Amino acid sequence: MMLSLAPPSNPSRSLATNPRTKAPFQIAKTHPISGLLLPIRSMHRELKLSSSITSEKRLPTAQAVSERVEGGTRMTRGGEDVKLLGRWASPLVMRTRTALNLKGVDYEFLEEVFGVKSELLLESNPVYKKIPVLIHEGKPVCESMIIVQYIDDVWAATPPAILPADPYDRALHRFWAHYVDDKWFPSVFASSRAQTEEARAEAVEQVFAGLKLLEEAFQKCSKGKGFFGGDTIGYLDIALGCSLGWLKATEKMTGIKFLDEAKTPLLAQWAERFCANDAVRGLMPETDKLVEFAKMLQAKFKTAAPAK
Amino acid sequence: MADKVILLSSWVSAFGLRVQIALAEKEVDYEFREENLFDKSPLLLELNPVHKKIPVLIHNGKPVCESSVIIQYIDEVWTNGPSLLPQDPLQRANARFWADFVDKMIYQCGSRVWKNKGDAQAAAKKELIGILKQLEGELGEKPFFGGETLGYVDIVLVPFSSWFYTYETFGGFSIEKECPKLLAWVRRCNERESVSKVLPDRHKVYERTCGLKKRLGLE
Repeated sequence: MMLSLAPPSNPSRSLATNPRTKAPFQIAKTHPISGLLLPIRSMHRELKLSSSITSEKRLPTAQAVSERVEGGTRMTRGGEDVKLLGRWASPLVMRTRTALNLKGVDYEFLEEVFGVKSELLLESNPVYKKIPVLIHEGKPVCESMIIVQYIDDVWAATPPAILPADPYDRALHRFWAHYVDDKWFPSVFASSRAQTEEARAEAVEQVFAGLKLLEEAFQKCSKGKGFFGGDTIGYLDIALGCSLGWLKATEKMTGIKFLDEAKTPLLAQWAERFCANDAVRGLMPETDKLVEFAKMLQAKFKTAAPAK
Repeated sequence: MADKVILLSSWVSAFGLRVQIALAEKEVDYEFREENLFDKSPLLLELNPVHKKIPVLIHNGKPVCESSVIIQYIDEVWTNGPSLLPQDPLQRANARFWADFVDKMIYQCGSRVWKNKGDAQAAAKKELIGILKQLEGELGEKPFFGGETLGYVDIVLVPFSSWFYTYETFGGFSIEKECPKLLAWVRRCNERESVSKVLPDRHKVYERTCGLKKRLGLE
């Protein structure tokens, strides 16, 4: 079943058919902020559709339309071939896009159609077959935080540094990023998808407990500055910050205010700062769209909708 | 000021053993403190309050937790001698990817082999063989995952080889038969003292697992 990312006013206008494979691919999508159905384009930059979009040599079957995302006014490494396979709703994809934006790197965003894995994805990530995948000069890099470190390594000469300079600070960022992935983010999902009240209550408790720990971590890592990375967005900011969209969606779905200025003031203020940052603005999916998407996923997998 | 390095770990923990190998590769002097995993020390609980798990490296009083985080920390602090991670960004990403793969896959799958029986065990066994074959594929014709010398992925994976006998005995299969190149790699790694002096005897691991199964009521 082909799921559109968000119900456009006229669904037929968002899909076209690959003449060779007859597979549908997306040529337009609903802008996550304005709600308008727009041709695929960079959210806040000039449209530059690749002329090779439907070229069979460049892109395999069921490949969504690419969008060229420019690195902005900052001097970029021109001539680099950087592609990113991803989807708008994925916080893991957002991490890699944030890192690329921080470094001012031009890249081609290849939006995977939900429910269909492109040949390019299957070839580039045969182990997990998952997004995000960064393809740099034809070589794939997989796993979101590994990609972020790769971006930091390749474009090390371009500030800001994503990982801190000090080895102990780096260890703290890596430790907490693991925690976000292994423990905290799964509990966020579980709090809206749990099947029993008991399981839900446990997940909710874990989310709050995690936020308390992360509030302490922020105090330690930020050293009085605005981000976990100090003056600029760093590794742990990216790991945690890119899940804020889903956290807000989960707040809406459960009716629980997780990120509360009264309980975790540093994190609450950091969250606003993160979302307002240039590298992040335009990437954070709209809460209502995520809620809609989550409901679609739940219906698809026949899990009970959460009670409000 | 001399570095004071303490490692809270256990002789049988694959995650702790990899840190020991990394420290040995860097020729770092450290104090090893054996933790009783059924009666964790107050120090462990204080220094790793989030997970309450070993290993924990304590470097000049500051704790570093999570074995993969610890190994990268060791590589970044002790820059004398061989680099455990490659210098090239793509190779580094590749090394991190496969180390992460080992972390995600082997422990949980291997545990299901020795903890379960019947169909569940058979399924876990099949999965484990698949995982080891994937790793064997990644190794290819190289002497080590790190290329010519022992590297990050080698250090992260090789401690599990002490568990192979346990998996094989409970699961009723031969890893050597399924993945001969991987076993050849294990033998090659053991030619290095940093590995051979650290890895526990496979029969001791098996005996300990039998005891653990009894204790957990899984017989």
